[in-house]
Amino acid sequence: MTAPQSTPAKITSPSMFQPSPNLAKRYKIDRIFEIAALISTIVGLVVLAVLLTDVVLDGLPRLSLNFLTNYPSRKPEQAGILSPLVGTIWLLLTTAAIAFPIGVGAGIFLEEFAADTLAAKIIEINIANLAGVPSIIYGLLGLEVFVRIMEPITKGRSILAGALTLALLILPIIIVATRESLRAIPNSLRMAGYALGATRWQVISEQILPLAIPGILTGTILALSRAIGETAPLIAIGALTFIAYLPHLSLEGFQTPFTALPIQIYNWVSRPQVEFHTNAAAGIIVLMVVLLLMNTTAIILRNKFQKAR
Amino acid sequence: MISVDLAKHMTSASNGQKEIILKTENVSVYYGNFLAVRGVYLDIPKNKIVAFIGPSGCGKSTLLRTFNRLNDLIPGCRVEGRITFHKQDIYDKKIDPIDICRRIGMVFQKPTPFPKSIYENIAFGARVNGYRGNMDELVEQSLRQAALWDEVKDKLKQSGLALSGGQQQRLCIARAIAIQPEVILMDEPCSALDPISTLKIEELLDELKEKYTIIIVTHNMQQASRIADMTAFFNAEATEMGGKMGYLVEYDETQEIFHNPKEKSTQDYVSGRFG
Repeated sequence: MTAPQSTPAKITSPSMFQPSPNLAKRYKIDRIFEIAALISTIVGLVVLAVLLTDVVLDGLPRLSLNFLTNYPSRKPEQAGILSPLVGTIWLLLTTAAIAFPIGVGAGIFLEEFAADTLAAKIIEINIANLAGVPSIIYGLLGLEVFVRIMEPITKGRSILAGALTLALLILPIIIVATRESLRAIPNSLRMAGYALGATRWQVISEQILPLAIPGILTGTILALSRAIGETAPLIAIGALTFIAYLPHLSLEGFQTPFTALPIQIYNWVSRPQVEFHTNAAAGIIVLMVVLLLMNTTAIILRNKFQKAR
Repeated sequence: MISVDLAKHMTSASNGQKEIILKTENVSVYYGNFLAVRGVYLDIPKNKIVAFIGPSGCGKSTLLRTFNRLNDLIPGCRVEGRITFHKQDIYDKKIDPIDICRRIGMVFQKPTPFPKSIYENIAFGARVNGYRGNMDELVEQSLRQAALWDEVKDKLKQSGLALSGGQQQRLCIARAIAIQPEVILMDEPCSALDPISTLKIEELLDELKEKYTIIIVTHNMQQASRIADMTAFFNAEATEMGGKMGYLVEYDETQEIFHNPKEKSTQDYVSGRFG
């Protein structure tokens, strides 16, 4: 309800119900809350806009095809982000390939198969807690397990070790997203499936998963968007900051050392020369474009699957 | 006292030469420690429509779901007593619950078409049960039996959700028929439908009973009196724990239940004095 423009004339009614005498005060409170909410919105948007403008003003002039196709260099004007960009893409694809099947599988098990026991509840709470563990902790775990103990497989500080670490980091998010999507499917569909003599897997694979897949994909891509910006765990496992070659397109490629966009940006920002700071700004733009592309993919995929229904 | 009366009604009910397809002997259903339905004796004759009537919370639907073991999926639900299907105990360890679901189909209160094409809705049940024959033929035959073919034959590829409520429910019936069950359980199949769709389904049930045995739970007493050959009246009594426990009051030919009931509570219920 918006307040009337002028003070409304008192309605003289014969009924028992008299209009509240402090109606004007109630309108005022209404208005105050509306303004407070508006201010909150503006603060959020303005901060974001200032950040973006600052980055774009700094970085945009530096952005060129050369910047994308050059390797990092000691000379700021020649330095590019080819190897971090390619490294990020390798890292993300490998992370997705590891985390998606495991996360979705665990989510399906916990939601559809596991009995509602105390053990299941403990696992559930722990997974929710894992999602809140600081990423540096995952980095330390990755350093010990994937870089040191699994060295024969990962060959140390490689793409594979990095991807395994990031996969661990986003697993809880994917599991939770999968469970939420499954839970949103009405139980009547499951019952209808079972009543036709279908087994649990037949019901899940043919009736439930197709409906849950848009939600699962959205959750996964949002989780990957988190992974793409993670710097701390990669630094913890000792990802390099200067790489002047690309991973070979073969199985050995997974075992090559790598660098990634956030690491390169972090490295450039911490240099004393101002020119490198410009490079960092340009790198941030590239990172944000990649992120935007991923989120767009999530939305397109979701709409596509929803239409297919 | 009730069980004595029951025994009397049962003999009058099962006097005919009809073959008994489903039989419950002293069946009680528990949710955890809570007794929901107590000691039910029922004989379901083959190729008849049997209606379960009674006030809310009297365990009609709970009992219905014990017949295809769908209650197995509800945590804490336990069935005591014996339910035999063709003289075989369906809760025997050797019996595969999935096979029971195949032979005893079910239609739910709310139409639950799968969010897939009309064709796929019917093909799913057949496919998961390993049907090898001509699928197109099966789909057409099932839809014809459910009196839906003429309305949907040109849009088999459209989503089942695009149909009206009554059509959706007939699609669910077609889907249940497609796996060629012997018994079809119906849990208030018309309660979400308008009178015209209801009438269509009632006409359909009358045709279907030539091939199938139908057990239908309904809140609509006119419906029971119109379509059912046999009617079972259930009632509920409050328990000390504040819940409701259901029990079978009277089971007889529908005519008898509605015009010449032996129990006073049946008389009160069918004449609309409570419930």
